[in-house]
Amino acid sequence: MKVLVCISQVPDTTTKVGFTDNNTKFNTQGVQFIINPYDELALTRALEITEKQGGTVTVINVGLAETEPSIRKALAIGANDAVRINAEPMDAFFVAEQISNYAKNENFDLILTGRESIDYNGGMMAGLLGEMLQLPSVNVITAIEVENGMAKLERDIDGGRERLEVKLPMVGSAQKELTEPRIPNMRGIMAARTKPLTVVEPIGAQANTQTTSFENPPAKGACKLIDPANAADLIGLLHNEAKVI
Amino acid sequence: MKIIVFAENQEGQFKKSSLEAVSYAAQIAAAHNGSVIAVSIGHVSNDKFAELGKYGADQIFNYSQEVFNTFFGETYSKALAHATKNAGAELVIISNTYSGKTIAPRTAAQLGAGIVSGVISYPNTDNGFNVRRTVFSGKAFADVAINTSIKVLAITPNSFSLIENNKTASIENMDAGISSDTLASKSIEVARASGKVVLTEAELVVSGGRGMKGPENWHLIESLADILGAATACSKPVSDIHWRPHSEHVGQTGITIKPNLYIAIGISGAIQHLAGVSASKVIVAINKDPEAPFFKAADYGIVGDAFEVLPKIIEAAKSFKSQQA
Ligand SMILES: Cc1cc2nc3c(=O)[nH]c(=O)nc-3n(C[C@H](O)[C@H](O)[C@H](O)COP(=O)(O)OP(=O)(O)OC[C@H]3O[C@@H](n4cnc5c(N)ncnc54)[C@H](O)[C@@H]3O)c2cc1C
Ligand SMILES: Cc1cc2nc3c(=O)[nH]c(=O)nc-3n(C[C@H](O)[C@H](O)[C@H](O)COP(=O)(O)OP(=O)(O)OC[C@H]3O[C@@H](n4cnc5c(N)ncnc54)[C@H](O)[C@@H]3O)c2cc1C
Repeated sequence: MKVLVCISQVPDTTTKVGFTDNNTKFNTQGVQFIINPYDELALTRALEITEKQGGTVTVINVGLAETEPSIRKALAIGANDAVRINAEPMDAFFVAEQISNYAKNENFDLILTGRESIDYNGGMMAGLLGEMLQLPSVNVITAIEVENGMAKLERDIDGGRERLEVKLPMVGSAQKELTEPRIPNMRGIMAARTKPLTVVEPIGAQANTQTTSFENPPAKGACKLIDPANAADLIGLLHNEAKVI
Repeated sequence: MKIIVFAENQEGQFKKSSLEAVSYAAQIAAAHNGSVIAVSIGHVSNDKFAELGKYGADQIFNYSQEVFNTFFGETYSKALAHATKNAGAELVIISNTYSGKTIAPRTAAQLGAGIVSGVISYPNTDNGFNVRRTVFSGKAFADVAINTSIKVLAITPNSFSLIENNKTASIENMDAGISSDTLASKSIEVARASGKVVLTEAELVVSGGRGMKGPENWHLIESLADILGAATACSKPVSDIHWRPHSEHVGQTGITIKPNLYIAIGISGAIQHLAGVSASKVIVAINKDPEAPFFKAADYGIVGDAFEVLPKIIEAAKSFKSQQA
């Protein structure tokens, strides 16, 4: 069983989001980077599956050298090896082209991504990879078991849950609930230093989209306080003033 | 400009998010002398199609083959790409729901189209093709240019109002020639909570945090939600300790929502929570701590004990609803 887990490096969730260069770039000054939380779930579940039935877990990232600490952390959590495609991730299409180009000759049984990155929030990677590699893709999976070349899955659907079975190979995106993220231990951290991290040069692919500028949302006006004794007034305000009910 | 819209149905009914997408497309078509083709996939009875015309569809492509009885990204995206090529369309509009997110990237990859998800604006075509989307889980907006000839937009539910635009849409039965033999996926069971408002698409949301003290007190949240016709949500720790299902967890590592009204009860307003809800049009915070950060993000606030305040609000909501009825 060969599993590929796609990991992106994102700003820590407590980051105050700001921009530089005339609002065209995310301001990374003082920002702590982490592995995208959903990708950690994907990685942990991949490890659980391969520990149970044998196999390897490779992590892949499209990024410049600055992402290596996150890749090493993935190795410390337990991935067997890692690949970094040495390019700035220009847009999701570009990233998917790079990953699918790498994966197409590697015969992975399962490719996992996070359900979305918590920075750019695209949520498109699993579907793009599925189509580029001509594999089925299942988004927001909350459970996966693998048996005899078949994945038994649960996924979130609008307003509910679906159970399904998919013949491997397939692409899936990890949703919360898939598992609990694993924290690297000392032995893992030591082992990660010597695990293979291969740097691959990108193929010539194009970005189809380009972010031209960023903006922070406007600050909220003052909060209108209602005396708790008159809490019932809230309903009238929501109807007559805010006009939302 | 021809515009393709995915008109998703759930058990034969077009979803509100689909009607929003049709209405969105009709606004663009009107500005660009274009036309709107709504694509229905799966079985829908013919009398339902008028609803798509009502919001501005000029034409309906109907893919009703048996292979579409179950939803898979692989098959549905093929139908959508087939429709786009068939119509010679340049723009594809999909609502950014779970199913929309499944098929949008696959459709885009088949068409070699640039894709932007989480779109919250109409396109600006003064200089190229630009749309605005949310990034950093609502902590910022990004303006994105798409430079391919075909473009796919996944629009955020609840971001665009429904605008009527009565048309009599012609219906064309289509066949994308997909056989079910080649399918690697099989659906075993679909479970949907009936009668509940779906959180990701809800206009009104009532949400509780650790300040609610325990699951036994959630009847207060649920009864307010029921009366208002709202969905229920919760903070991350509340789902982590299993007071509520994970599917209700909103925030940076949960669901991002954009309802018209978000009522937060006993939630402190941590940055990760706010990230997922701050795009709500109107926010109400109820918290006994006047220093709770949520008050900085709220439009209305009540500093008080939820267990004293909520019963009053529930009573007021009841009498408001009975007056309306
Ligand atoms: C330095 C930098 C500059 C950027 N500039 C731009 C820009 O100008 N315009 C723009 O549109 N975007 C830009 N991005 C965003 C970047 O292109 C996106 O992160 C990437 O395209 C994936 O899109 P997403 O985050 O929406 O993916 P999603 O579809 O939300 O991601 C889902 C999953 O895909 C996987 N994944 C995502 N990104 C990667 C990756 N790089 N390597 C491996 N797996 C990954 C992860 O498993 C993730 O959970 C930039 C990012 C960085 C770090
Ligand atoms: C990586 C990471 C990701 C995270 N992602 C998310 C996320 O997506 N979503 C999320 O919600 N959190 C997230 N968190 C957690 C977040 O930081 C907060 O810990 C969490 O939101 C707090 O939940 P809470 O407000 O319910 O609880 P608390 O912080 O414990 O707040 C309870 C509040 O209730 C009030 N209260 C108590 N009793 C009453 C009463 N009787 N009446 C009225 N008010 C009362 C208190 O004054 C307090 O403000 C994340 C954290 C990390 C580190």
